[in-house]
Amino acid sequence: MLTYTIRRLILAIPVLLLISLIIFMLLKLAPGDPMAQMPLTVPPEVKAKMRAALGADKPLLVQYLLWLKQFFVVEPLHIIGNMTGYDLAGNAQRVISWQTRSPVADIIAQRLPQTLTVVGMSYLIGVAIALPIGILSAYRQYSWFDQIGTFVSMVGYSVPTFFTGVLLIVIFSVDLGWFPSIYDTTLKVVDWASFLKQVRQMAMPVTVLALYNAAQISRFMRASMLDNLGQDYVRTARAKGMGERVVVLTHVLRNSLIPVVTVIALGVPQIFGGAIITEQVFKVNGLGQLLITAIYADDLPMVQTLTFIFAVLIVLFNLIADILYGILDPRIRYD
Amino acid sequence: MTDIPVKPADLAKVLRPPRSQWRDVWDQFKTHKGALVGFGVFIFIIAFVLLGPIVWRISPTYINPNVVEMIKTRNLGPTWDHPLGTDQLGRDMLARMMAGGKVSIAVGLTAMSLSIFLGTLVGVLAGYFRRLDGILMRLTDLFLALPLLPLLLVMVMLFRDALASRLGVETGTFLLIVGAIGVTSWMQCARIVRGEVLALKEREFVLAARSIGTPPRRMILRHILPNVMSPIMVAATLGIANAIITESALSFLGLGFPPDFPTWGRLLFDAVDYLQEYPIRVIWPGIAISLTVLSVNYIGDGLRDALDPRIRGR
Repeated sequence: MLTYTIRRLILAIPVLLLISLIIFMLLKLAPGDPMAQMPLTVPPEVKAKMRAALGADKPLLVQYLLWLKQFFVVEPLHIIGNMTGYDLAGNAQRVISWQTRSPVADIIAQRLPQTLTVVGMSYLIGVAIALPIGILSAYRQYSWFDQIGTFVSMVGYSVPTFFTGVLLIVIFSVDLGWFPSIYDTTLKVVDWASFLKQVRQMAMPVTVLALYNAAQISRFMRASMLDNLGQDYVRTARAKGMGERVVVLTHVLRNSLIPVVTVIALGVPQIFGGAIITEQVFKVNGLGQLLITAIYADDLPMVQTLTFIFAVLIVLFNLIADILYGILDPRIRYD
Repeated sequence: MTDIPVKPADLAKVLRPPRSQWRDVWDQFKTHKGALVGFGVFIFIIAFVLLGPIVWRISPTYINPNVVEMIKTRNLGPTWDHPLGTDQLGRDMLARMMAGGKVSIAVGLTAMSLSIFLGTLVGVLAGYFRRLDGILMRLTDLFLALPLLPLLLVMVMLFRDALASRLGVETGTFLLIVGAIGVTSWMQCARIVRGEVLALKEREFVLAARSIGTPPRRMILRHILPNVMSPIMVAATLGIANAIITESALSFLGLGFPPDFPTWGRLLFDAVDYLQEYPIRVIWPGIAISLTVLSVNYIGDGLRDALDPRIRGR
């Protein structure tokens, strides 16, 4: 298992390099100029100097390698330096946002907690809702509960999050006035009142994302349970007189969870991508919203870094899912 | 020899005209209630979008040139002249819904065709030619590891203006969005098709065809492709839903079609600014998108059952 993990980790490097090259070339070959936003009164020689300061006058390959160095060496050194207090990176050039002229990593660090609280919470709740629904609708296949569950989950992943979000705002913010429609990031949780406020402002975005995730995961859970319920070992367990509860919740559930766990792991990075829309609807200033504003402002370094971080997450969680599968299912050994 | 008299009922059974495969598929499809309703709803939406403008003749981009009149017709509620009301510039919402649906569904169908074409091509090549398998599947894995929504947004941001100035706003944006969605959604189809082709390649009829010297091109077109049609059709149906959602999401984020060229996603995006005063304007395009996607998903569900020979005929 360990050798497999190491082999997969090494194999992930060329994949990440290729993805970074694709993203880099896409942004470089596209029409667009970092100086396009500059006032026309700036003389050309000053513009040339600014271009050189950004490193935009060197050959493409050099620019690519420089960016790789910045992303994989300089930025981690800065982050470690900030955490430990030692100045490891010195004056090395960081990835600078064109929008704010400050390091991209710092802005991302500011935005990350909002995304993690809202998106992470919604994913946890989504999984927590999905598993019991999946189990029950598989156990009572074709019952009214199963029929309703199937219909609701079909609706859940057919109705796009930008509509459910807006619909919730119309009902609960505009009509009833229960929840605020805009997420207030400056709110600090210090006492009971501010905690309640935080819960109220998180309620709607979390509901939207949780419903969407629950719809997909409950389908997987149901299918996986159905696969296992028909197996011979279930009949054996019943035949030797085990209670229905033990059969379903211990024998079947543990076996059915194996593929579901990998699906859950694979879904994590997609959540970050999918949360772009939800964050935009509820004005949560997390990573997704940062990407959108950067795209509007033609802030290429920011767009490049964020897109690449999303790619790293996908590769990472693919790896985690594969390894989890091997650990959970003894029949699958990769080496 | 004893002659067994043939009963007329048995004779009728034997002599019954042979049923085509598609007839069987349709019969099985009909037993899936959700799929049938979905099919009906989808036909209704297509009719609404295509035939609607023939009946409802107000132009979706018509703004009253008389400013005073225009201000009077803004933000109207439902009336007989405008059953769905008017928007902030006095344009008729019903006409805009029809025009928007036409674009949304056109994008869905075209992007789906592109992605199915790419997916089938890659899948068949990878499954049929062993030498190409490794590299094509690595390519598929690479594409699956790309963050798709952010990349789509980036592609639209980078190429929208360039294409719009070269081909005109409408064609440019349409081609860009269709191309971007198609290029980023073929991977599932390719994987399914490859798996099917790999299994088919071991079958006797393929061996027989090869033994009489069928060249690879005819082999693929005559023997392999017709046999992988069922999974491709299911993937295609679900691809329409996926493409419509992606297009609406792009438009909703303001990175899709321009405002004077409505799609359902764009209508939703425009209506969000007036959410407090006129919430009903958000509901119509949202319901249209959701209904379309829901009906298409149900059709896909029914098709999957109907095209599966193990379920069919039971």
